[in-house]
Amino acid sequence: MTADQDIYASSTETTEGRVFTVSGQDWDQIAEGLAEDDSDRIVVNMGPQHPSTHGVLRLILELEGETVTEARCGIGYLHTGIEKNMEFRSWVQGVTFCTRMDYLSPFFNEATYSLGVERLLDIEDQIPEKADVMRVLLMELNRISSHLVAIATGGMEIGALTVMTVGFRERELVLDLFELITGLRMNHAFIRPGGVAQDLPPGALDEIRASVALMRKRLPEYAALCNANPIFKARLENVGTLDLEGCVALGLTGPVLRSTGYPWDLRKSEPYCGYETYDFDVQTWDTADSYGRFRIRLNEMWESLKIVEQAADRLAGLEGAPVMIEDKKIGWPSQLSIGSDGMGNSLDHIRHIMGESMEALIHHFKLVTEGFRVPAGQAYVPVESPRGELGAHVVSDGGTRPFRAHFRDPSFTNLQATSVMSEGGMISDVIVAIASIDPVMGGVDR
Amino acid sequence: MSGDEPGKAPDQRALDESPENAPATLDPEVRAVGARHGMFGTKGSGDTSGYGGLVQPVVYPGLARRPLDGWHEEVASALDAALAAAGVSDAVEGIVVHRGEITFHVRRDGLPAVARALRDDPSLRFEVLSGVSGVHYPDDKDRELHAVYHLLSMTWNRRVRVEVAVPDADPHLPSVVATYPTADWHERETYDMFGLVFDGHPALTRILMPDDWPGRPQRKDYPLGGIPVEYKGGTVPPPDQRRSYN
Repeated sequence: MTADQDIYASSTETTEGRVFTVSGQDWDQIAEGLAEDDSDRIVVNMGPQHPSTHGVLRLILELEGETVTEARCGIGYLHTGIEKNMEFRSWVQGVTFCTRMDYLSPFFNEATYSLGVERLLDIEDQIPEKADVMRVLLMELNRISSHLVAIATGGMEIGALTVMTVGFRERELVLDLFELITGLRMNHAFIRPGGVAQDLPPGALDEIRASVALMRKRLPEYAALCNANPIFKARLENVGTLDLEGCVALGLTGPVLRSTGYPWDLRKSEPYCGYETYDFDVQTWDTADSYGRFRIRLNEMWESLKIVEQAADRLAGLEGAPVMIEDKKIGWPSQLSIGSDGMGNSLDHIRHIMGESMEALIHHFKLVTEGFRVPAGQAYVPVESPRGELGAHVVSDGGTRPFRAHFRDPSFTNLQATSVMSEGGMISDVIVAIASIDPVMGGVDR
Repeated sequence: MSGDEPGKAPDQRALDESPENAPATLDPEVRAVGARHGMFGTKGSGDTSGYGGLVQPVVYPGLARRPLDGWHEEVASALDAALAAAGVSDAVEGIVVHRGEITFHVRRDGLPAVARALRDDPSLRFEVLSGVSGVHYPDDKDRELHAVYHLLSMTWNRRVRVEVAVPDADPHLPSVVATYPTADWHERETYDMFGLVFDGHPALTRILMPDDWPGRPQRKDYPLGGIPVEYKGGTVPPPDQRRSYN
């Protein structure tokens, strides 16, 4: 091997023909290699580590010139066995695992799982009001941060880097709120069976209101930058189209389904956590293309801001109300507080269980070591995640651990539309079509 | 504390087997699948609490009696009528209603007809298949592997669950991809994770695990894996070998 040869970008002969590994700056070699073969048909293996494939998605594209004749997805590169792991932890610990699935919408993973467990426990009507309001608040903030990433990465993939930088700038605002309320920016494990883990910290409502006000000022920047931008529209319009019949047959939900003009939103059709009491509109578009999905995401962020404001108003009137179910056999007893050395067990709680109440100590010990038992059966309570219907099929055998927890992730289902959305189009449109689905590989592969 | 022989029932029997210590007779409304031994998950040693001899049946909700309540009955009778019109009898083994959710237990050879009726009958119209999930019940004899379908009717805003149980020795059932194209990846995942073979699927291959992976990871007899972790002189065993509460 000579010094000017790149060991990572070589060509090899296989039974399928000649295979090139491309790493850039070696186009001469590939052009020469292809000239020897007179057919126009090439198979390109895009990913799994391509920057435009939303994480570790592998695309196998068959091309005639620049036209895609076949597109297939290879998934599984981020499979982490979360569902299997959940079978070896208590019901409450399961939240810590499932929050890591679709890492851009952790609260939705936690919510659908917790709602399923609560249905099996038959405690759906005992969840305190404040817990429901906090769940709605966090989910809607999460919808904003997730849509911001969808728009930001989608923009970056078509070369609109400013969209990416402003998108992540605003996402930071939301993540700061998450950090304030839950202690963590991602993977919160905050929504738990029975309620939420903690009460709002002091001053949180003011921070939320300030962030919402700032967001209201900044969201119009996206509209001003993109909505009528000729380059943006040329790249997105009529790309990745899928009509209503196609969406229903392939089980697509979320912005892709709503871009066909069908106002299907589980927050309206099967309300959970009290969504029926909030004032908001379901956003639709009628073009069934990537541009429509972009506009839906933009509009949904405004609707989410409306819901966040309503939730903040309600929380102002719920100061000091409980955030965890009263049933001492289910409600997680431990409370955390911030001490001089960081966050730790609340000293008040320690004093209570160690000095005042034997009963409380027993409950604390039993719940933390053993957990609670969930009556045998199965439940499926879907929620409207930023990407569509997210549901947890929760099965119990009456024990203290999930017998089986399966997540119906919208990214997984929606990604099946890759071939119908991109075959027959240009290779550059494949990226746009996939960005409009907004798959998150953590959710796809679980 | 890990057990010496995983899966072995505790060697302590309840000393006092007088009637009040015997398990209560089963309610006919429930279905028992397997039994739970002991209380603290310790196997083979150590449990001196007296609960080691405890044997409790694992009971699942039993079959519902017709007529059902509310729209459940409408769906059940519409499905009966649609299946009768299609000339299929005996496809539905039973119906379970639990926590407001309705589950149709369907025989595997009746599954394509049931799926078609649920999708096409105007009074059913379950247009969307939300997903396919597998569950492995090792104690459910000759019905070890279950495929669970969640169906959604956008027209009527209703959800039903269809469950098909097949024996581990013959894990075949018909694919519903012809009726619900979205089942493609879901069935592949269930095949990948449980070894359920969906006959008639266009390309039944592994989807999440590598193509050459041995075993079916979500089955109950597939170990979780993991290694002990040492920290500050102590050793934490892997999750599946820790003391657990069954």
